[in-house]
Amino acid sequence: MSDQLLQLLFSGLTLGSIYSLIALALVTTFNITGVLNLALGEFAAIGALLAISLYATGMPLIAAFILSIVLVAIMGGVLERAAIYPARRASGLTLIIITIGLSISLRGLALLIWGTDTYSLPAFSKGGPFFIGGAALNPQSIWILGLAVLTLSLLYAFFELTYAGRAVKAAVINRTAARLVGINPSTVSFWAFVGSGALGAAAGIFIAPVTMTTYDMGFMLGIKGFVAAVIGGLSNVGGAVLGGLLLGVLESYSAGLISSGLKDALAIIILLAVLLLRPQGILGVLGERKI
Amino acid sequence: MLRIEGLDVYHGYVQAVRGLSLHVKEGELLAILGANGAGKSTLLGTLAGLHKPAKGNILVKRKGDTPPNKEKGNTPVGGMSQVECPQLWKDITNTSPEKMVRQGISLVPERREIFSSLSVLDNLMLGAYHRYRRDKATILCDVREVMEIFPALKGREKEMAGTLSGGLQQMLAIGRALMAHPKLLLLDEPSVGLAPLVVREIMSILSQLKKTGVTIMLVEQNTRAALKVADRALVMERGSITISGSSAELMSDSKVQQAYLGRARVQPAWGQA
Ligand SMILES: Nc1ncnc2c1ncn2[C@@H]1O[C@H](COP(=O)(O)OP(=O)(O)O)[C@@H](O)[C@H]1O
Ligand SMILES: [Mg+2]
Repeated sequence: MSDQLLQLLFSGLTLGSIYSLIALALVTTFNITGVLNLALGEFAAIGALLAISLYATGMPLIAAFILSIVLVAIMGGVLERAAIYPARRASGLTLIIITIGLSISLRGLALLIWGTDTYSLPAFSKGGPFFIGGAALNPQSIWILGLAVLTLSLLYAFFELTYAGRAVKAAVINRTAARLVGINPSTVSFWAFVGSGALGAAAGIFIAPVTMTTYDMGFMLGIKGFVAAVIGGLSNVGGAVLGGLLLGVLESYSAGLISSGLKDALAIIILLAVLLLRPQGILGVLGERKI
Repeated sequence: MLRIEGLDVYHGYVQAVRGLSLHVKEGELLAILGANGAGKSTLLGTLAGLHKPAKGNILVKRKGDTPPNKEKGNTPVGGMSQVECPQLWKDITNTSPEKMVRQGISLVPERREIFSSLSVLDNLMLGAYHRYRRDKATILCDVREVMEIFPALKGREKEMAGTLSGGLQQMLAIGRALMAHPKLLLLDEPSVGLAPLVVREIMSILSQLKKTGVTIMLVEQNTRAALKVADRALVMERGSITISGSSAELMSDSKVQQAYLGRARVQPAWGQA
């Protein structure tokens, strides 16, 4: 029995680290731009599908990986200029609806290019799972957790140790004052979307070996990432990572111990519970625009 | 060094600046006085690029004193009407705030607007944002220079800007604007809410700054303190300039005395019991 619990914990953490990555990208972009980008799941899906297609052309995995990240980063920047920038004076809610529109369009585009087939990528490192206390741990999980840790460290280093990071913070703290010293908030917003494109794509590629990669995988990923971010308080990067892990573990236990039908419903139940118990926590933050 | 011609600025349907024209000379300290709602902040905000004027022009003198096309060396035959060379002036109307600071115009806004959750040092360094790439190596020397101007900030580099007292925050806000190396420094009511001693300190720093060649436009409700340091002053009422002259002239102007210095020569009849 305890073996099974440990096994469920491991698969929960794997699942959770995926959600953490999406939540991390969501919260970082949200903190910088005030835009809750619900198309982030699609960034991950397209990143994964692109990498798979590029890898299929015979390209080395690492090259496919980098090229796909670059392409999705560019896509993030282009979408920001095309859809977010023209509506920069609109309310936070309008912008969320725009990102929902983007997510539907991107899913449609992915359907046109990749069809309804299921794709997969080989695991990054060869060899079977590790066995810890009688439970199997997939090495890809370690890659995914590693990416989450790396991203957190890079974000920390950027914001705390670099001048550009300080300028981004300044733009978030006081937009008018930032403009007065010469910081262009719309450039900051552009780069935030480029960054979230890159991070979303990286997340999608890292999870491709352990998930069914399909044109519509972004939908559920986006929802789970959003719920993870909500659990973490929506504007807290560390909270987003923990929220992701927590959601993954809860899903894993409820699917393993109660019913597998409960897995996807759980995220929605948690979201509803948070909305009912602490609506101001989410809606309060959502109302305000930053950049 | 700055020319404003027929400026109209609106906030929605409210006209805050009406047909305002003004010439600011290089190196002067110009005080702008006037009651609440006269349009002083709107004027400064427009110069800093925060508001778009509906009409009128803002022009700055080009860098260097020679006009770009100097080939016409001899004086025109047309006489005095041709004396002014328009090429000397650059039209910067409708420039965004992030570009105005690159034109040498820095605003210290009404509510200071410091980056409250960043350190004092970060606030100062960010003041130099527009020239950071060029002057990376000397930014910290510039910070030290600003600290010499505002010694009260010394030793507080690591403190969070939002935890400073009002006076120190005002000094930080001015210091941050100075870090941009402005040619024209705009100050919006720097004395508001500060103790008289701190006001005096800030005013004396402004007159010192003037000596370094910075042109200063100072909006103040504290008329007395402003007139003491200013070379020239003007009074705004409902969006336009109603009185202007040297500080001494305004100091002795009866209307200014009545309205802004709280000194009435003639008591109004209904004032008596
Ligand atoms: N953001 C704004 N929206 C609407 N009206 C404004 C705004 N800012 C200023 N005003 C109006 O414009 C006029 C001038 O205001 P302001 O420039 O702040 O004057 P001052 O700085 O001299 O007190 C006032 O009537 C004020 O009510
Ligand atoms: Mg004002």
